[in-house]
Amino acid sequence: MSAAASPAPSSKAPVLEVSHLTKHFPVKGGVFGRKGGSVQAVTDVTFSVAPGETLAIVGESGCGKSTTGRALLRLLEPDSGTVKLDGEDITALSPSRLQAARRQMQMVFQDPFGSLNPRMNVRETLMEPILLHGVATGAAAEKRVSDLLKTVGLNEFHAERFPHEFSGGQRQRICIARALSTRPRLIVCDEPVSALDVSVQAQIVNLLQDLQRQFGMAYVFISHDLAVVRHIARRVAVMYLGRVVEMADAAEIFATPRHPYTRALIAAAPKPVPGATLGREEIKGDAPSALRPPSGCAFHPRCPLAQDRCRTERPELRQVGGAMTACHFAETVATMDAPAETERPATLLRRLDVLAKARAAAAATPAA
Amino acid sequence: MTAKASSPAPADPNAPLLEVKNLRIQFHTESGVFRAVDGVSFSVRRGATLGIVGESGCGKSVTSLGIMRLIAQPPGRYAGGEVLFEGRDILKISEKEMRGLRGGRMGMIFQEPMTSLNPVYTIGDQIIESLRAHGVTDRKAARKRAIEMLDLVKLPSPESRVDDFPHQLSGGQRQRVMIALALVNDPELLIADEPTTALDVTVQAQILELMRDLRERTGSAIVLITHDLGVVAETCDDVVVMYAGQVVEKAPVAELFAGPQHPYTLGLMAAVPRLDAQTDRLETIPGSVPPPYLQLPGCRFASRCPLATDHCRAAPPPLREIGPGRAVACWKAPIEEIAA
Repeated sequence: MSAAASPAPSSKAPVLEVSHLTKHFPVKGGVFGRKGGSVQAVTDVTFSVAPGETLAIVGESGCGKSTTGRALLRLLEPDSGTVKLDGEDITALSPSRLQAARRQMQMVFQDPFGSLNPRMNVRETLMEPILLHGVATGAAAEKRVSDLLKTVGLNEFHAERFPHEFSGGQRQRICIARALSTRPRLIVCDEPVSALDVSVQAQIVNLLQDLQRQFGMAYVFISHDLAVVRHIARRVAVMYLGRVVEMADAAEIFATPRHPYTRALIAAAPKPVPGATLGREEIKGDAPSALRPPSGCAFHPRCPLAQDRCRTERPELRQVGGAMTACHFAETVATMDAPAETERPATLLRRLDVLAKARAAAAATPAA
Repeated sequence: MTAKASSPAPADPNAPLLEVKNLRIQFHTESGVFRAVDGVSFSVRRGATLGIVGESGCGKSVTSLGIMRLIAQPPGRYAGGEVLFEGRDILKISEKEMRGLRGGRMGMIFQEPMTSLNPVYTIGDQIIESLRAHGVTDRKAARKRAIEMLDLVKLPSPESRVDDFPHQLSGGQRQRVMIALALVNDPELLIADEPTTALDVTVQAQILELMRDLRERTGSAIVLITHDLGVVAETCDDVVVMYAGQVVEKAPVAELFAGPQHPYTLGLMAAVPRLDAQTDRLETIPGSVPPPYLQLPGCRFASRCPLATDHCRAAPPPLREIGPGRAVACWKAPIEEIAA
């Protein structure tokens, strides 16, 4: 089942196999705190990630993408389903075995301010996982810390500093170094660049890509930003109200979205091209509550193509062309106009070229 | 509708509605003087949308708060410049008169729809309060107007939602209420500070559409503060790019995106990942913004600019006009002419 869910399974055995992952949060209601339903955060999510591959999970707030990310590492206990890391089901591991498995899977969080201990300097922050997981000890551990700092583009002298002395981008580099410290097979990145300015965001995205080429770990990249996802991911899973509604190769999903929600997301993203908004089909309203998901297809109240069938019958994820899509009318959606590529203006390109040449020249002759 | 008798009649319809001239706002902190806004000038045409774009710490939000006179003093201080609203310097008027303008002829939308509404009053009460503060005395008429406004911003079933508390609304709905609140007294100028940053993309698209629509209907001018070049391209007529407290480039929106002049603007555009094409590697702007306490003699972008010379580092480039509505603060612009 899990193999079927990935549109283009790699020949290599997957590093991560998730099948039928479900996590619902009970909500207490009434005077005596009786159960009053549950928030269906993640329901029946299945995917796999090949070694060295990036799978992006995209969706809007409340779609369950972060809950999925946390359940993968068992930072949240899933209600049901399995998560296999290199073939080993981590949902069944004892606490001590789980700790050993965590060496292979690390996480980078969105908020670089909240995810570093303000009382620990960088050396202590990086040393903790190294010692805890027995990666190295003594002088070798010290060496590992300074190597890690250089790997993520920081300097050795940064080791003695505390988080408040760093900018947001530098803090995110520290978080990445911490994730790298145990030489994991998989890193779950939960909105790692969302809190950063664009110029810094570009630096961190490039760093993540460089590190992947260098060390070959797989990423599960959770994001709401489609442009970043298109740039970094090989495969994309789109989530809506706790379920995967479409999954395909990045090139495929952006060229031919087959789910109306994917289309809406691509259309709604503001494009840095004046006048590009014209002809946008409007999606109405907000996402409904995950406490009471709509009947049938959860997207039907906002969907421009919704028919009676969508209100009663929930579409299963099925193979349509090169994608897995959960829409009764995926074949129709696939034939609708795809967003066109726009050429960058010639003047802009010429000027960027001048800057790039100047930068290359400066790099060739070390500054005095 | 709440125009004070003392305000001069707008003589020239082509005169800018708002003119900010050489505005300086400083904060005095333990680490020194922080020049948040350092000689910023721009003007806003009637019925047009001006975008102020830049990264965190560039001074765009302080500029917008400065225009509304919402800078806490101390630690903040207006260190010079003028803010001319219909030709009158509102930095010189009394606080009482300023209160009449705020929420009246000048409206403001903040980024955080969660925290900028009062949680213990219904949304209707908050809109009615604003109407009554600006001269509507009849409570029934005010309530009717509140419902009209909620309908205008497309809040579903406004007759019943008017009695909802903010926590009963979603983020997008709260932002709609904020817009209704800002527009209720028919302002001529609306200042929107990152109005869609906290919202999901599909909701953001709806709110931007709503703002475009309302501008056409009401003729209000808008100052839109954002970090998102996509939002700028979709909503603005004119753009001001800020860096480290200063304006580095000004242009009509189409010209800015077709041919940005300043190396910072260029770098910003190249750093944005593209949704409409596959890219191999993102361009970055190396380095980081200089610390705000540092008094630099020359161009503030020089340390990150590949074209910077000793002259750039020694003398601050003036913001010079290079065409109608276009200006750039760079000694090297247009940069293609220096390519050897």
